[in-house]
Parts: sequence; structure tokens; C-alpha cells
Amino acid sequence: MGNLDLSFFTWDLVSKFLVKGFVFSVELTLVAMIGGICLGTVLALMRLSSYKWLIYPAAVYVNTMRSIPLVMVILWFFLLIPFLTGRPLGAEWSAVITFTAFEAAYYSEIMRAGIQSVSRGQVGAGFALGLTYGQNMRLVVLPQAFRNMLPVLLTQTIILFQDTSLVYAIGAYDLLKGFETAGKNFNRPVEAFLLAAIVYFVICFSLSSVVKKLQAKIAIIR
Amino acid sequence: MNFRWEWEVFLRDTGGGQTYLEWLMSAWGWTLSVAACAWVVAFVLGSVVGTLRTTPSPWLVRIGNAWVELFRNIPLLVQLFLWYHVVPAIFPILKNVPSFVLVVLALGFFTSARVAEQVRAGIQSLSKGQRSAGLAVGLTLPQTYFYVLLPMAFRIVIPPLTSEAMNIIKNSSVAFAVSVAELTMFAMQAQEETSRGIEVYLAVTSLYMITAMTINRVMAFVEARVRVPGMIGGDR
Repeated sequence: MGNLDLSFFTWDLVSKFLVKGFVFSVELTLVAMIGGICLGTVLALMRLSSYKWLIYPAAVYVNTMRSIPLVMVILWFFLLIPFLTGRPLGAEWSAVITFTAFEAAYYSEIMRAGIQSVSRGQVGAGFALGLTYGQNMRLVVLPQAFRNMLPVLLTQTIILFQDTSLVYAIGAYDLLKGFETAGKNFNRPVEAFLLAAIVYFVICFSLSSVVKKLQAKIAIIR
Repeated sequence: MNFRWEWEVFLRDTGGGQTYLEWLMSAWGWTLSVAACAWVVAFVLGSVVGTLRTTPSPWLVRIGNAWVELFRNIPLLVQLFLWYHVVPAIFPILKNVPSFVLVVLALGFFTSARVAEQVRAGIQSLSKGQRSAGLAVGLTLPQTYFYVLLPMAFRIVIPPLTSEAMNIIKNSSVAFAVSVAELTMFAMQAQEETSRGIEVYLAVTSLYMITAMTINRVMAFVEARVRVPGMIGGDR
């Protein structure tokens, strides 16, 4: 432990190696969160509909995604997208598409639970007032489902942020890659990975504390 | 698009005296052993830490909580690199340990935090009367845990642990990052060598799914056998 040397860690290094990776990790998280929640809500509504031709495809999609390791999904998309479109797509774009598609499966399970947590009377009341299915969902059910599930959705987003480190498999430049590259360039891998762990910990720990507070608040309102 | 299946790729020689099929099977074996060993580590550590968090001693609770927060808030891949690069620098004895062991430790400690969370929830879901009754008949606190609380808690905790057992199979795929020859590593290398990515990935993906499905069925059987009569099951 005695030869731990953090002197190589300067502002210059941060701006050169880390900022780019950090920005990508955050962008990837935010895009996949927003895209995943939208797509996930659609999947959840499909699974809760009364048409078999909507239920089955959504169920198969969600269950398949959830039973494959994320690394394999990342590799699949990285292989298939260029294969289907005929031109190569950078690792970063591939990661964005993969994470949106993958997280949609997880968000859809959360949204499904959220929609089911809204009491039946609410749905009935909406229809009784003459709202169409779309209006009923948009104005009555989804806002409540969304609020009930907000802490869970955010917890899933923290997991998503942690999972973005797996783009390592296709060599996309994220926060972890930034630390790795810095460690390699300065020949200080031990310190670089230690700092990486600390940075991830601080970010995830503070976010989950915020979520915990939010959860307590929401519980009181209900 | 003119794609033709070429499943014969699995009969090709890897150049090392074995076919890709044999390599695939051995990779499956590595995935299973990483997951199984890590599960043992996770189960033992997680049970201990989870139990500590329900004891009356505030210090033990704090240690347990710190453990869970530490291992839950760092990405698994980063934890794996910590075990691989940082821990051997601190404890030189670990310098020559094979990657397999480091992956097992990384995955085991990571999952232990999740198991601890479930075990704690399982113990806390028991009615307070159980603990009081144990202490009232003259059992010491450890005895109360061993004979009264834990046997009940573990029966309740099995359903959530099933999903953790399935997660550990999926999470074992990070082992590719330190070159353990498991399924994901095989997928990446065989894809590169043969350029038959689709066949290779399909085979690997189905093996992952078969494994997860098998665990699910086995655990469903165990679950049915140990279900506590009169309880719905400790979901959270």
C-alpha cells in the first residue's frame, strides 16, 4: 500500500481522459432512461391489453431480454446492426441503441407493476366520464403509475448507470475506459482503478440516498 | 441480404486440437463453475452480513449496512478490476492467484450484498414474537437465531434468492474482461476467429437461457418443498 502515488492525477488528466468518458456515460444513461421508459411503457401497455397479438410479442421480447446477460446483448447489437443496415456503426451509437432496447424490458416490468397498482375504480371512473382509452391512460392511469413507481424507476436508472461500464466489451469510450486509458498512459493502473471505483461509488451512493429520501416523501403522500 | 447458415462452423478445428463445439462446452463448464463458486461465496457472506444487520448491536448493523452500500454502489466490472489490479497491490499474497479465483471473489462479494439485503428482509418479515419467544424460553441470542429465526427466514427468502441465482449466471459474463474462458469470452473469440458471429452468439445465448431456465425449474421445486404453510412467501 505504501507506494500508492496519486500525484499523476492532475486537472490536465481529468480534462484529457475523464471528461469525455464521463459525458458519454451520462449521455448514455439519460438517453437510455428516457428512451427505455417510453418504449417500456408501450411494452407494458401491450402486455396489459386484451389482444393476444399484442401480449405475446411484448412478453417474448421482455422475457428474452431479461434472460440474456447484458454483455451478450451488447455484442449481439454490435454484430447485428451493421449486418442489417449494411454499414458499420460506431461503438458509441451501438451502445445507445442497445441500452435503450435492453432497459426498455426492465422499465416495462416496473411500469406494468405501476399500472397495476392504480386502483380499478380509477380506470372505471375515467371510462364512465367518457374518456377514450388513450385519454384515460394519458390523463388518469399513467401519471399515477409513474408517480407510484418513481423511486423504482430511479433505482433502475442507477443500475443502468453502473451497467454502462459494460460497453467495455465493444470498446466504447465511457467513464471506466477513461480511467483505464489514463492508468495505462501514466503506467498507474492501480491508482486509476481505485479512483474509478471511488468516483462510481460517490455518484451511485449519493443518487441512491436522494432516491431513498424521495421514497420516504412519496410514501407519506400516499 | 444473402445470409446462409453455417452450423458446420462448430465442427471446425480451433487450431488447438479441439473443435469449436468442444471449446463451447468447456466454456459452458467455466461459466457454470464461476457462477456456482461465486454463489457459495455470496450465499455464505450474504447470510452472515444480512443476519448482522438484524442484530440489536448498532455497530454490527452499521458494519453490515456499510458492506451492502459498498458492494452495491460500484459497478461489477469496476469491482472486478479492483480485485484484479488493486487488491493484489495491497495484499501481495494474491499476486499469483488465477483469474478464476479473482472473478469468483468479485462476483461473490458483489452478489453477497444483494443476498444480504434479501436475508435481512426475510428475518425482519418474521413477527417480533418469534425473537421474544426464543429469548424468553432462555435461548441465548445466537441460539435464537440458529434454532428459531434463521430456519424460518431461509424458507421465506428462497423465492427472491432464485432470481439472484439466475442473476449470478448472467453476471458471470463479466469474467471475459479478465480472460476467463467462459461463454462470453468464447463468443468474442470464436466470432473473431470464424467470422460466424450469428451462429456462435446464438449457441452461447441459448446455453445461457437453458441454464437460467434449469435453475428456475430446480428452485421452483425446492420452493414448493420448503414453503411455509400459511405464508404467501417473503417477497421483500
